[in-house]
Amino acid sequence: MTATPVTGDLLYSEIEDDLRASVRSLLEKQGAWDAVLARTETDETVDRELWARLAEIGCAALAVSEEQGGAGASWREAAVVAEELGRAVAPVPFLGSAGLAAALLVAVGEQEILPQLAEGGLVAALAVPFGTAPGAPTPAVELRGELLHGTVRGVADAVAADVLLVPVGNDLYAVGAEADGLTRTPIVSLDMTRQLVDLTLDSVRGRLVASDAEGAVTDALRIGAVLLASEQLGLAERCLETTVEYLAIRRQFGRILGSYQALKHRLADLWVLITQARAVARYAAECAATGSADLPVAAALAQAHCSVVAQQAAEECIQLHGGIGFTWEHPAHLYLKRAKSNAIALGTPERHRAALAELVDLPGVPA
Amino acid sequence: MTSTATGGPLTAEGLGARVQAFLADHDPASTDRLKFLRARFDAGLAWVHYPEGLGGLGADPSLQPGVDAAFAAAGAPDNRPHTNIIGLGMAAPTILRFGTPEQQRRWLRPLWTGEEIWCQLFSEPGAGSDLANVATSAKPAGDEWVVNGQKVWTSLAHDATWAILVTRTDPAQPKHRGLTFFVCAMDSPGVDVRPLRQITGESEFNEVYLDDVRVPDAQRLGEVGQGWAVTQNTLMNERVAIGGGTIPRESGAIGELVKVWRERPELRTPGQHDQVLRFWVEAEAGRLTAERLGQQQAAGMPGPEGSGVKLTHARLNQQISSFELDLLGDEALRYTDYSARRPVLVTHSESPANWRFLRAKGNSIEGGTSEIMRNIIAERVLGLPAEARADKDTPWKDLPR
Repeated sequence: MTATPVTGDLLYSEIEDDLRASVRSLLEKQGAWDAVLARTETDETVDRELWARLAEIGCAALAVSEEQGGAGASWREAAVVAEELGRAVAPVPFLGSAGLAAALLVAVGEQEILPQLAEGGLVAALAVPFGTAPGAPTPAVELRGELLHGTVRGVADAVAADVLLVPVGNDLYAVGAEADGLTRTPIVSLDMTRQLVDLTLDSVRGRLVASDAEGAVTDALRIGAVLLASEQLGLAERCLETTVEYLAIRRQFGRILGSYQALKHRLADLWVLITQARAVARYAAECAATGSADLPVAAALAQAHCSVVAQQAAEECIQLHGGIGFTWEHPAHLYLKRAKSNAIALGTPERHRAALAELVDLPGVPA
Repeated sequence: MTSTATGGPLTAEGLGARVQAFLADHDPASTDRLKFLRARFDAGLAWVHYPEGLGGLGADPSLQPGVDAAFAAAGAPDNRPHTNIIGLGMAAPTILRFGTPEQQRRWLRPLWTGEEIWCQLFSEPGAGSDLANVATSAKPAGDEWVVNGQKVWTSLAHDATWAILVTRTDPAQPKHRGLTFFVCAMDSPGVDVRPLRQITGESEFNEVYLDDVRVPDAQRLGEVGQGWAVTQNTLMNERVAIGGGTIPRESGAIGELVKVWRERPELRTPGQHDQVLRFWVEAEAGRLTAERLGQQQAAGMPGPEGSGVKLTHARLNQQISSFELDLLGDEALRYTDYSARRPVLVTHSESPANWRFLRAKGNSIEGGTSEIMRNIIAERVLGLPAEARADKDTPWKDLPR
């Protein structure tokens, strides 16, 4: 039997509740879903103005210390923001810049980019495919002479990025988004509320940020997985709420649909899954905030569970809305697209279960 | 938090000092077990959140584990709580909430010490999930009531001194309004306890026949006709007792499965590997959910998660034990003993896998079926409307049966 680690605090603090209230109020004003939907069909798929407002209340670098220009909070508070952004399917580069990039820059002790990122004037993105799991190999960008060559497909939050953090073997380079020889091609993405970008580097000059950075990249992807789980939690909660609201008013056969046991039981099961998603997401955030040795288990557990729950919530949302849920005009498809993309992002549930097999000693069939 | 005679609110330190003072006066090594437990009750150190004089000190319930641990560390005898689960978990909170001072003084002390075991006479053949449909009648006769009917699924009836009993006292009222709650002595003439044989072959439970059983009116809990409110309060405590609590990682069904998986590599197949991992994830998510519920309760914010924890626990026990039989293959085809007998209380891990598989089928039925749990979540948590029903306002005697 594996030892039971200390659980830590799984509840929300008063500060976290206040932060949630501020972010939610901002999103209600500036991130209504019909505006989010309309934006997906424009050239500006990222809401830079909303991101600037979020940065003003410290969301660009919550877990970065005040000495480094951040808010001096922790990944727990960042996870609460992720929940709210998931609820709103908000098109802002939080996960990529305030999550992956900030975690990586802190881990390698970078001093130049971080303060600008923290103050919100600069967006950074980690140049790996969005589906990269913690510890998985990153694309082969090479250094030939002093210049970088290679291709990285499907990078998240690179649309709005000013700086790209590019793993090159065991080194980490920073490349300006407008650098000569760098081509950024936004792609039509399954989730257009987080449009991905294909990068081509053809003789690009970068700045060496850190050597021996492989472990730091893995750690950053793990922090990303923790935040993504909270985003999935927020998304799932919103899908359940919307569906309950609809079933409480929709009538068929002369009855409120929500009074049918066949539908109520499905929603009850979903609610149970969401209470579990909250417990594992909070545990992962707590482990990230306290630097717990159980963080690799907590992050893999959170991703393995929350990915499934968020997708199921989005699918139930569509099915239980009936025909209206299948239309472009209803937000349900935004949630499904975000949920399915998130399930693949930073490693599928199966990848995370395979990671757990190693971490908690549940090996497969002996060779 | 309440102030005490010594002044100031009770803290963990204050309680610790009281426990040490008590232990100094009552050496666990040389004091008779019952004498020790009675004295502990009288000192208010039994269940510290109960009122003074009834085994407690009006302290915060979160201080109880510390007190229990201090007694255990001193080698003190405990009240064997697992032998009186209905008494401690359901009867006691109901007596505390609805009992008269005389009733509380009479029943709570021997209940806590384990001198008197309790059982519940609730379910009937015609009243399972629809418990308010009970047909067992109680008719007034002077300062007594005469009870007739049949109860079922009564655990511990063969060991119990007392039972909490739900009866119908007014069949002309709609079903929820004609019920009254009593405490019944199990040695009363007319009480007949018969073992009820279950899926595992054993008899954990009983059928109890009540034939002109006389119950004094002084043993009524709550007002005549208030029985449904009392019953609901009791059942709420049952769900808390079954659902919550802190558990170590890999305890229960998942612990048994991963033990076999690790110790017997020759049984593993490629197709089963991911399923084991899926179960591990679900069990760990369930464990952390129960932990979070415990933290909420300790912070004075009890959530509705208890029903969800129970649902998950039942489902995982069933699915994981079933999977363990698949893993064991031929070995799982041999059962230990189907002969009719009372079960021997052993820890979960000492029971064979196929016994656990069969017993787990009860988990989604006992203490409220999983279907009722889902109704509770859908209606009380999500606020969805109740199913249309035909039995709420009709006199009970006129309902189709």
